[in-house]
Amino acid sequence: MISAPRTATDRTKLPYCHESFHNLQELRHSASLANKVFIQRDYTDGTICKFQTKFPSELDSRIERTLFEDTVKTLNNYYAEAEKIGGQSYLEGCLACLTVYLIFLCIETRYEKVLKKISRYIQEQNEKIYAPRGLLITDPLERGMRVIEISVYEDRGSSGSSSGSSTTSSSGR
Amino acid sequence: MSAVMISRKVTRKWEKLPGKNTFCCDGRVMMARQKGVFYLTLFLIIGTCSLFFAFECPYLAVHLSPAIPVFAVLLFVFVMAMLLRTSFSDPGVLPRALPEEANFIEMEIEAANGNVLAGQRPPPRIKNVQINNQIVKLKYCYTCKIFRPPRASHCSICDNCVDRFDHHCPWVGNCVGKRNYRYFYLFTLSLSLLTIYIFAFDIVHVVLRSVDSGFVNTIKETPGTVLEVLVCFFTLWSVVGLTGFHTYLISLNQTTNEDIKGSWSGKNRVQNPYSHKNIFKNCCEVLCGPAYPSVLDRRGVMLEDLSSPAPSDASSTNKSSNPVSQTTKSSAPLIPNEHTPDEAKPGIGAGTQKSASSPKDEKPPSPTSPNAVTPGVIKESAH
Repeated sequence: MISAPRTATDRTKLPYCHESFHNLQELRHSASLANKVFIQRDYTDGTICKFQTKFPSELDSRIERTLFEDTVKTLNNYYAEAEKIGGQSYLEGCLACLTVYLIFLCIETRYEKVLKKISRYIQEQNEKIYAPRGLLITDPLERGMRVIEISVYEDRGSSGSSSGSSTTSSSGR
Repeated sequence: MSAVMISRKVTRKWEKLPGKNTFCCDGRVMMARQKGVFYLTLFLIIGTCSLFFAFECPYLAVHLSPAIPVFAVLLFVFVMAMLLRTSFSDPGVLPRALPEEANFIEMEIEAANGNVLAGQRPPPRIKNVQINNQIVKLKYCYTCKIFRPPRASHCSICDNCVDRFDHHCPWVGNCVGKRNYRYFYLFTLSLSLLTIYIFAFDIVHVVLRSVDSGFVNTIKETPGTVLEVLVCFFTLWSVVGLTGFHTYLISLNQTTNEDIKGSWSGKNRVQNPYSHKNIFKNCCEVLCGPAYPSVLDRRGVMLEDLSSPAPSDASSTNKSSNPVSQTTKSSAPLIPNEHTPDEAKPGIGAGTQKSASSPKDEKPPSPTSPNAVTPGVIKESAH
């Protein structure tokens, strides 16, 4: 995975980076939302949660195709792992049924664990890859698992830059 | 720094959710609006079981075995737990599309339809997808402004699109969908067992007692038995039948909705693309599949309109903030036509304003700075 260059001069060398956003904080303060792109669900394998890997034309000039496809494929793999029907899900189901589903008050379901992994992954992708390119991915969970929403930002023109190696804002959980 | 403290009650997202659900316990419980029949169900189950514990159990525990009431208690607890779980949980409601998503979909539809001459009927909003070599039509929901995923359907009673919609059950006071179908099935199954159990032991009790003291005296001593037998008799036919019907549906991996509509009835060589063609696999998928999470964030805190300077730590205490910017690049205006349902018309063209479905936050749109992104808008925390 290509990680974001650290200094502003390095960033201007990026082929797809017209604006030099340093991190999520700067993105928020110095950019304005231009557009939103929605990646739809792919239903060819049934009702499992899977998103289309087709590269949207609006992102053509913003990010490399392979990076985007990697992100979506990894997300699809995570969801497939969460929804996998196998030994572990049977065990979880039977155990839960025997305890009249009270066990879910104490432990997390496998799906919830994977969702947390996904949200960490999306956060990491945003920090490393998407924010430097002026993009932001929204967790599909917040959109009813229907779409991956990618917000496209444009520089307002006032990117006052301290060399932005500071860590991104905390995810206040 | 002057931080104006606003003492306000925290607003949670469930208070602003569209649809006709009622919520209790600060968003933890979610039910349909009409709950009368649900209370009847509760009354019948608790009433009949109380009569059983009061009249039959003392006698049977002594004369037959103490295991009988113990097992009855376990069954009763299981039935109640499954009933409450079915009634109180989110059946798999799909949240409505936020304005940007709705606009995006409208633009896609218009692009797909091409130029429709004025006065001509536009084609119906349907998307075709291929699932396991079967063409499945996805319909557009005018209320929720989304293309419904396969197997989802809009419940008119609750006014929500529900994923893997089975049916709306008034006895349970909720829709039955992807998330609570297995609890519903276990409820009907365990209720059948409980009904058969109580019925059987009522008969046993009456017989045993009649041998000792005669039939008429028995009825006089335990009048509750008559009531129980009546209730169980009528319940048996309906609940056992229902359990059998749902067992059949599960083995074919079908929903009640699909069965009623005849979606996979085999006409025109239409097959159920979701079935694994193996009864065991179908049952396992429905009953032992993963526990799907709710995508309705009911208990998330909504950010109020901020009238004080908003430091970023003010929003960090919230579970999630919403990146809805009030303005986006202008998109194609939604053109209502004679086929747009009346309730959708006011929403069209007002895509960037607050709709009932979008969690409201931050400042209202200001015409002078159309592209402003207010601080703290970007999502800071995940669900």
